[in-house]
Amino acid sequence: MYVAVILILVAVGTVVFHFMSPWWWTPIASNWGFIDNTIIITFWITGVVFVAVILFTAYCVLRYRYQEGRRAEYEPENKKLEWWLTGLTGVGVAGMLIPGLFVWNQFVNVPAEAAEIEVVGQQWNWSFRYPGKDGVMGTSNVRLINDDNPFGLNPDDPNGRDDVLVDGDDLHLPLGAPVKVLLRSIDVLHDFYVPQFRAKMDMVPGLVTYFWLTPTRPGTFDILCFELCGIGHHAMRGSVVVEAKEDFEGWLGEQETFAQAMRRTGTDKALALRAQQ
Amino acid sequence: MVDAAHDQVDFVPPAEVEEMELYHPKSFLTKYVFSQDAKVIAIQYSFTAIAIGLVALVLSWMMRLQLGFPETFSFIEAEDYYQFITMHGMIMVIYLLTALFLGGFGNYLIPLMVGARDMVFPYVNMLSYWIYLAAVLILLASFFVPGGPTGAGWTLYPPQAILPGTPGAEGGIILMLVSLAFFIVGFTMGGLNYVVTVLQARTRGMTLMRMPLTIWGIFMATVLALLAFPALFVGAVMMTLDSLLGTSFFMPAIVHMGEQLSYGGGSPVLFQHLFWFFGHPEVYIVALPAFGIVSDLISVHARRHIFGYRLMVWAIVIIGGLSFIVWAHHMYVSGMNPWFGFFFATTTLIIAIPTAIKVYNWVLTLWRGNIQLTIPMLFALAFIVTFVNGGITGLFLGNVVVDVPLSDTMFVVAHFHMVMGVAPIMVVFGAIYHWYPKMTGRMMNVAMGQIHFWITFLGAYAIFLPLHYLGFLGVPRRYYEMTDTTFIPASAQDLNAFVTVIALVVGAAQLLFLFNIGWSLVNGKKSGPNPWRATTLEWQTAQTPPGHGNFGKELPVVHRWAYAFGLPDATEDYVPQNLPPDQLNSDYDNSKLSPDTPQAAE
Ligand code: HEM
Ligand SMILES: [Cu+2]
Ligand SMILES: [Cu+2]
Repeated sequence: MYVAVILILVAVGTVVFHFMSPWWWTPIASNWGFIDNTIIITFWITGVVFVAVILFTAYCVLRYRYQEGRRAEYEPENKKLEWWLTGLTGVGVAGMLIPGLFVWNQFVNVPAEAAEIEVVGQQWNWSFRYPGKDGVMGTSNVRLINDDNPFGLNPDDPNGRDDVLVDGDDLHLPLGAPVKVLLRSIDVLHDFYVPQFRAKMDMVPGLVTYFWLTPTRPGTFDILCFELCGIGHHAMRGSVVVEAKEDFEGWLGEQETFAQAMRRTGTDKALALRAQQ
Repeated sequence: MVDAAHDQVDFVPPAEVEEMELYHPKSFLTKYVFSQDAKVIAIQYSFTAIAIGLVALVLSWMMRLQLGFPETFSFIEAEDYYQFITMHGMIMVIYLLTALFLGGFGNYLIPLMVGARDMVFPYVNMLSYWIYLAAVLILLASFFVPGGPTGAGWTLYPPQAILPGTPGAEGGIILMLVSLAFFIVGFTMGGLNYVVTVLQARTRGMTLMRMPLTIWGIFMATVLALLAFPALFVGAVMMTLDSLLGTSFFMPAIVHMGEQLSYGGGSPVLFQHLFWFFGHPEVYIVALPAFGIVSDLISVHARRHIFGYRLMVWAIVIIGGLSFIVWAHHMYVSGMNPWFGFFFATTTLIIAIPTAIKVYNWVLTLWRGNIQLTIPMLFALAFIVTFVNGGITGLFLGNVVVDVPLSDTMFVVAHFHMVMGVAPIMVVFGAIYHWYPKMTGRMMNVAMGQIHFWITFLGAYAIFLPLHYLGFLGVPRRYYEMTDTTFIPASAQDLNAFVTVIALVVGAAQLLFLFNIGWSLVNGKKSGPNPWRATTLEWQTAQTPPGHGNFGKELPVVHRWAYAFGLPDATEDYVPQNLPPDQLNSDYDNSKLSPDTPQAAE
């Protein structure tokens, strides 16, 4: 008796906890509300199955408790019932998978108008790069990285000269404009995640990975590293500021470009020298 | 004959099982230490696995203390925390659960349940255990080398696993990789034995479709392991070479702490593919034996045949097959080509169908049964609850786009603990309570069992259910501490403290279980040969515990499937597999069913 009651309490308690829980996802700040919707669909479908299975189990425990001398029913198979259950499960699975893949299709197809930005990860901090006036990122190579060129940009690539480099400051993004976030790591795996954006991707040395989003809410949000990257993993934090386009542009104008950085460190002279020889 | 309703096959002629030459131990050493008897090997495997599992349990307390009360315990620093999660995860999955289900239960149950005298290759079987023990010792040794054990996470992802900046990058990771290689070698020796024994050494009449589901689960899990472990093995070898010889299998050009390293051209994602090609089937290597065993627990203690036996078998086979084409669902955000997401999400969600069928059939076995709420049955019910819970959160994470926000959060931690931590452990407990009488001749104490059960089940559920919601919030896994954020309310810390307290209580309850094992050995009620009135062959042996060679002079002959419960025309509510059809109304007497063993005759 009490076993059945506890099973029922577990099922009911789980549902109550679900609806009463003060812990739920952070309010969204990007276009990926579709992801939240898919989660809601999944919750409903799986929640119904969970409750139904546990309650049915509790019912069986109650109704078919052991009685001396009683025999269990002997019915090894019931084709019809088994096919029905299989079919219904198939429908439920399709009900989750189809919307899921539909949204995934949007996730993998980056809109053509998305502006590119780059996030570079290393143990244990973030830096950011914008393509500059020409809208094109200059090429980069890990082998070119040194103290004067922390991004490893190719100094001979004209596209890179006007790239804006942000090292040790927040990431800024314009409100309402789609961005393709290019991700690069120079040492180990990292992962760029802003919980309010819902989208994340690992950063892999040797690869450029990406995802895209449109920020939909102004504010300052936390950036967290979401892939174990050594003892400083939990401290690899940053902030992203989402702001109106004008403010964003104002801020961007104040940042240093690669050309300016080369001038500051004297790298450009060395380059010019090399060109003369 | 109603008896054959399920199983229309006529009597099957002997699958030529010849009497095998048994190795007869002569000294204490060959009987109990370097033993070639699968039953002794099983007990050695089980004790070793549980002992190392206790280490993992203690590590989980340490991690919980840190998460529940950060900045309180000065002896847990970031690097300790990362070492703890790594060792905890690896030990639990490989050295405890895999070893216990296959090396422990597999060795004990396969020969007995298929009606064989022993494993087919007893000597190799013995080696298997000793190599496993070596693997465990090497793993433990890594706690004592300079730099300590590896802290790369149980997934051991390069490049970080072998670069300074990760704890244990000097010695710990190498010992881990070497230990895994040993484990795999040892496992392969045992695994070949299990497979060959099931295929070749079944007794007369034991067709594949009459085998208990326990054997099906262990058999299929072993097949998966034999196919999956090699991927981990080569990954471990390649990473060892990267670390020791400076090859670049997994290592691209890297600037590390301001220094150019000499690596170049390798692929970190390649390692992830190798790891998960092993790692996903590994989930089923743990789950399938649990599926099989729990089917038998439910059937015996509900006094009813398993519902839909054939579908249950096919579901095991199909799940096993599909588990090799879903691995990249662990890599949706790894940076692999995102178009793979479509394929892997589809295959992953399809696996849910045979899995759900298994759940339905377990519950439908209870339906119209005659349920005895014994301790094994309670654990089986707890398995159903936790497995369904963990299974449905798998549908979240498998659906690629839902995984994007949830991956690497506490939701994942909650999910896999529920589905491959708590649920299989429930089965382990249920199975120990169930087979203990066969292994020792005594029943385990029920009162202690009840306390152990309720604390463990409700406690584990209370630990892991709320963690899902921290995951929604965006709380990451593998974080030593969560410094201030804009999105995590202070109440999350209260929840963490609550979870830690429960985890300590649940941990303490396991000591009661261990105590019960020892206490009942001396004080337990005598069980007799078949206390649960079960049908399968291990309960029909003349001696309890079964003697050397398992059965009497003759191997048992099997006449029916393993689930002849509630036959209308039999006197008892169960009919042993080896009861001749003309004796359905006689007394089932073990000494008649299985006359004296060779040993007893000595
Ligand atoms: C009461 C029992 C247990 C408790 C309290 C517990 C607790 C934990 C905690 C706190 C973590 C680290 C979470 C993080 O920061 O990422 C963890 C990780 C893990 N646990 Fe458990 N655990 C328990 C049992 C188990 C069992 C039975 C398994 C077997 C499958 C298991 C497998 C793992 C794995 C694979 C990891 C991941 C390690 C990693 O991130 O590399 N745990 N556990
Ligand atoms: Cu990190
Ligand atoms: Cu998987």
